Amino acid sequence: MSDHVADAFRLENVSFDYEGIPAICSLSLQIAQGERVALLGPNGSGKSTLLRILDGLYFPTSGSIQFHNSELSKDNLNNQQFCFDFRRRVALVFQNPDVQLFNPSVFDEVAYGPLQLQWTKEEVIRRVEETLAFMSLSHLRDRPPYRLSGGEKKRVALASVLVMDPEVLLLDEPTATLDPKSQSQVVDLIQQWKGSSKTVVTATHQLEIVEDIADRVLVLEAGTITAAGTSSEILSDTELLLRANLAHAHRHSHGGEVHSHPHLHGHTHSHDHTHEE
Amino acid sequence: MQDSYLEKTIRGLSKALSESLFSEQVARKSGLLQSLDPRVRLGGVLLLVVAVVACRRVEIVGASFVLATLLALRSRVCLTILIKHVWLVVLIFTGIIALPAVFITPGKSFIIMRPVPLSISASGLYSAAMLILRVETAATLTATLIFCTPWTHILKALRFLRMPAEIITILTMTHRYIFLLIETAKQMFESRQSRTVGVMPESERRKVVARTAGVLLSKSMELSNEVYLAMLSRGFRGEVRLLSDFRMAGRDYAALSAFIVTASMVVWIGR
Repeated sequence: MSDHVADAFRLENVSFDYEGIPAICSLSLQIAQGERVALLGPNGSGKSTLLRILDGLYFPTSGSIQFHNSELSKDNLNNQQFCFDFRRRVALVFQNPDVQLFNPSVFDEVAYGPLQLQWTKEEVIRRVEETLAFMSLSHLRDRPPYRLSGGEKKRVALASVLVMDPEVLLLDEPTATLDPKSQSQVVDLIQQWKGSSKTVVTATHQLEIVEDIADRVLVLEAGTITAAGTSSEILSDTELLLRANLAHAHRHSHGGEVHSHPHLHGHTHSHDHTHEE
Repeated sequence: MQDSYLEKTIRGLSKALSESLFSEQVARKSGLLQSLDPRVRLGGVLLLVVAVVACRRVEIVGASFVLATLLALRSRVCLTILIKHVWLVVLIFTGIIALPAVFITPGKSFIIMRPVPLSISASGLYSAAMLILRVETAATLTATLIFCTPWTHILKALRFLRMPAEIITILTMTHRYIFLLIETAKQMFESRQSRTVGVMPESERRKVVARTAGVLLSKSMELSNEVYLAMLSRGFRGEVRLLSDFRMAGRDYAALSAFIVTASMVVWIGR
């Protein structure tokens, strides 16, 4: 893919640590423009840290990261023109929507990004109204975010970045803690971008959505990529999933006989039975 | 059986949350203040408060108090709420401050208390009444404004009155995250209660409070760091930009004029 399409991100030997505790270890990675990538990994594997590095919030302690061939460094992001261009093109949806919703009303929340990027007032209002309607949030426009349900908060958090129509969307556990209906709405939204020029990087450990949201899957363990492949390749590698704590042995009985099989929460569930002797 | 300490704390936190909901409900009703542009509401109330503070005649301040009460009632603020949440609270706190003035203000003795060498002077009573009435009026006006105006609109209106954007952001964030922290504290106490059997000794209660405060502090620090990152991620570069979509109508100009005239009259007649 990256032979024909420009790279959105190129990471070379990137390492990052939290006050001496390594989070990302010598990671090299290329993400092509328009690619949909899923980052799979257990808790603490470095998925969220990697997304923050891609969003220019954390800077590598060693190694380099480029966005469309421009160095993603603190110095470059201090440059207003580069910063505005990067922030408009790349957006991150945080795992905890409460972190992202700090404005007094839903309307203000969605308008926050465009206002920071100094869009005109008319443009801000028009785009916010459109985005609220697109996300079916218009009826909540004057509500304070702390009065919303978990699913509504997540949708507002998504709307607050979609309003800028970013080229790259970085999603940190976008479906975690959502009810099934809200989950499928988010998955449908990501599916809509298939084949478009939008690059979507999703960190998740929910295997059942991976095939729908990603063309390429990277498995992260202890800050390094331990496996990469298409969704079907990775999801069919039961041994890898078990080793990476992404699946667990599940025991149940059929007609009095006890079975044990890897529990994948996905389509493969009923086909991967290994009978326990 | 008497409520446990944890139950009381949980009830207090829940009450704080539900009271904030009450003001949102009043703000959504159709009333006199609610029908005006938030900038006119804020500006008008501020003008009246300044006028009442500047007024030197108790009967004019009394008339302003009646006017403030009428404004509250026409804005669908319930009288019981005013009495319980504003007037009584103000009376207690201002009363404590005003009480010494009744006895120590020099003037012709009005009531002489025996055998204690204390006398109440007419000028002392006047000063105390003046202080209490002024504070009651100002509190009624500001409480009515807060009950009838969503917090978001007050903040935007403050920005229009040239309050620095940084202060507006601090107020916004404080208001936003105080609810999150109250909710977190409530959950922490509920979780503690679900694992508590029997009566907790006083020393243990103090430890629970200290631990909860410590955890909340570290959580709020972690949260503030995350929020800052979320702001950076959406283009924040140290300058706050807010969107004001208020529109003034003929009614707003008329109301603003009425506020200005009333405030001027209070100052002029009460000079």
